[in-house]
Amino acid sequence: MNAIENVSRRTFLKGVAATGTFALALQLDPLARVNPFAPVTPAPAAVGPTLNPNLFVSIDTTGAVTIIAHRSEMGQGVRTSVPMILADELEADWSRVKIEQAVGDKKYGNQYTDGSRSIRHNYHRMRQFGAVARTMLEQAAARKWGVYSAECKGQNHRVVHAPTGRSFDYGELVETAAMLPVPDVMAVALKDPKDFRYIGKPMTSVDFPDMVTGKATYGIDVKLPGMKYAVVEHCPVTYGKVKSFDPSEALKVPGVEKVVEIPQTQPPIVFNTLGGIAVIANNTWSAEQGRKKLKIDWDYGPNVVYNSDSYRNDLEQAARADGKIVREEGDVKAALASADKVVEATFYVPHFAHATMEPPAAIASVKDGKCEVWSSCQDPQAARATVAGAIGMDEANVISNVTLLGGAFGRKSKPDFAAEAAILSRQLGVPVRVTWTREDDIQHAYYHTVTAQHIKAGLKDGKVTAWLHRSVFPTIWSTFVKDDPGYGHKIELSLGFLDLPYAIPNIWSTFVKDDPGYGHKIELSLGFLDLPYAIPNICLENGQAKSHVRIGWLRSVNNIPHAFAQNTMANMLAAAAKRDPYEFLLELIGPDRVVDLSKVDYWNYDQTYEEYPIMTLRLKRVLRVAAEQSGYGTKLGPREGLGLAVHRSFATYVATAVKVKVSSDGKVSIPRVDVAVDAGRVVNPDRVKSQMEGASIYGLTAAAFSEITAAKGRITQSNFNDYPMARMHSSPREIRVHIVDANEFPPGGVGEPGTPPFAPALTNAIFAATGQRIFELPITKSKLTV
Amino acid sequence: MAVSLSVNGQRYSVDVPPEVPLLWVLRDVVGLTGTKFGCGMALCGACTVHVNGVAQRSCVLPVGAVKGPVTTIEGLSATGDHPLQKAWIANNVPQCGYCQAGQIMQAASLLAKNPKPTDAQIDAVMGGNICRCGTYNRIRAAIKDAAGVKS
Repeated sequence: MNAIENVSRRTFLKGVAATGTFALALQLDPLARVNPFAPVTPAPAAVGPTLNPNLFVSIDTTGAVTIIAHRSEMGQGVRTSVPMILADELEADWSRVKIEQAVGDKKYGNQYTDGSRSIRHNYHRMRQFGAVARTMLEQAAARKWGVYSAECKGQNHRVVHAPTGRSFDYGELVETAAMLPVPDVMAVALKDPKDFRYIGKPMTSVDFPDMVTGKATYGIDVKLPGMKYAVVEHCPVTYGKVKSFDPSEALKVPGVEKVVEIPQTQPPIVFNTLGGIAVIANNTWSAEQGRKKLKIDWDYGPNVVYNSDSYRNDLEQAARADGKIVREEGDVKAALASADKVVEATFYVPHFAHATMEPPAAIASVKDGKCEVWSSCQDPQAARATVAGAIGMDEANVISNVTLLGGAFGRKSKPDFAAEAAILSRQLGVPVRVTWTREDDIQHAYYHTVTAQHIKAGLKDGKVTAWLHRSVFPTIWSTFVKDDPGYGHKIELSLGFLDLPYAIPNIWSTFVKDDPGYGHKIELSLGFLDLPYAIPNICLENGQAKSHVRIGWLRSVNNIPHAFAQNTMANMLAAAAKRDPYEFLLELIGPDRVVDLSKVDYWNYDQTYEEYPIMTLRLKRVLRVAAEQSGYGTKLGPREGLGLAVHRSFATYVATAVKVKVSSDGKVSIPRVDVAVDAGRVVNPDRVKSQMEGASIYGLTAAAFSEITAAKGRITQSNFNDYPMARMHSSPREIRVHIVDANEFPPGGVGEPGTPPFAPALTNAIFAATGQRIFELPITKSKLTV
Repeated sequence: MAVSLSVNGQRYSVDVPPEVPLLWVLRDVVGLTGTKFGCGMALCGACTVHVNGVAQRSCVLPVGAVKGPVTTIEGLSATGDHPLQKAWIANNVPQCGYCQAGQIMQAASLLAKNPKPTDAQIDAVMGGNICRCGTYNRIRAAIKDAAGVKS
């Protein structure tokens, strides 16, 4: 049984009247933005909210409700929480709701499950879809009884006529409702939040029963008749090429059937395959054994120069030199010159790999001019477009199915592995599953960027008067655009480029707004430009850095290094001022206000600043809750410490308190973590808690366990032996999550914002326990282990 | 050469070389995909199954070396109501769920041998299973629930 049932397998969209099913097709925004570049160059993180024609709910005459889950499930519980919103407004009985997974199709609107925005972008929309359906059922009941619809109310899967107490089951109303015109979505009444049936209450995930019995289907599990199994050897140096290869020894391995080359993609690589040599066998293990016998002569290309040690020096030098000013208030130089005390430090956060427990895997079947693909992808529309591009097929002929995702964290936003499956299936004429091994996953990731930062801050009369912060990192955009105009994609180049040569500079300027090598405004907005401290003189600068590997986004992205540096420096300034770091941080955040970013080119996680302003009172509230709940200020034992950090990201405010005990030989144990979160309106509190718990442990792995480094262009790490993860015995013994009641605010993100504050809370705790200051991650570099 | 194998009480004769790891025989030949591939080096525990009731990493266990009946997550209980499976749901343990089959099989092996484990004993045995989503504390709570040990 497939745990995920995809819409492509159903026929309910056909013959609405004939089947007695009514489906709501809502034309909500006929002028919705359409990005003509989406198929070839999807913007990595800037896709705005869209309300396109949608089909999200259907009810049959038995009263069975089917809700379409159009986002990808990767552990955040989205296949439960988004349908919960619709079911609540529909007044559906959850036990009669079935969830179906949408295929990749623009008709659903944005399916890009990334950037912690599924609830933010669907909360209001799903309420509307549910309310429209409920309204139609209420109207149908009114017709049948011959009463005013205002007297009819949907309640727990029945429409009740209030004056008489009569009622119909929803199923009994379907035929009549199907005849009615769909009401204007803006005109239907939404429920009073006090009447919410599901929203705000913990709900168990619809996928748990399959997950604990082995029935859940991930991308790596899908099987088709006649399917072959493939692994792909990519060049050890990013963007290197195959000069020649000898498959003869590989073909001798029992089970191996073919060896074929997948052509390399020219940079910018976007979501396309790196290219390489594929070994195809009748089982995965034989394909792996065959791959070990390949003889490949590589042209490693220019990235063979990538050495993390020397690169780090370059980055740190750039961070200590003047950069491009991206936010400036007052006069930092003058304020530093007149300060009583200047505190400065350089911070370093290395590359990370996502290391999803399910490595990238996909299966494709190309047949008769059509392609069907199943993948554990965060965006089935991107997978569809990438696959179509890879095999030169019209998107209309590609069906992109989503399985459950065995972890994602941003890696599975990039469906290069799905493209590989499609390329091989087309070439071989049979369905092909591509499985990446752990080594492939760690050595060919879309890495979290590597960041050097320098902060110089001035104290005068005990107050922080100057804050100079420079952040330098290779940009994600290097993976998506090429700074050399000669490498533009042919479709980009065709758009007013080939026929209008004099307009070339202007066309190019729409793709590369900044000089090459600088961070994109989205990256700079992740915990850097939005500095929330009340400091009169601020200067934020960004320097240039060159990329040598595919840079991608990983859970909370640049917020990880930025929150680390900011919160550490705040703690250092408190120490320099001989103040309690908690009281000092509250004071540094300053009076209740909206942080003024009107003069800053700031990206607010796809939201308007008016709807989601940065409010210092919410930042201070979570900090206070974390401090109080953790018992901050109570006396601790020798070599024990409590560290605090607070950070707003993805429109959510999180403060983390970490308690540590550090042995004299540098062994750090973490008895307890308290996380206070203000995520605005909360839909499923249990999943908010589980995401905060998980994000803390994700943050712990980044802070204390793993780093990706390169030597001669090759990634040094390869599996969990040299890229270790936090395990049960090394994780915090207890993680308490405190959800702050903030239901008056619109929903914020949940998947990512728990990660950034963990590392600085840990390192501030280590400082409190030992006096040892940590300037780089992971802390193993400072002779500490967890 | 055919290898004879008992999986979840059913006998299979599989035509594979004896050095093929049990994991790939289960997944690609027998067709039971509940057992997961995570690392291929016995580093993460996603592939954990029981051989003779004892947890084994199937990714490094040659099928020819399997001496005894194999139980996978699909065979842990016929109706999916093993005390650990129930405790896993009651404690809302899974996130992505991918590692959980291996976690449950490891925990089942632990409880079979030590029905009332201490926290330290749980940590020692479960430390070989990685969960990248970070569900460790809920896993520990679920094991204690199933074992009837007070949290």
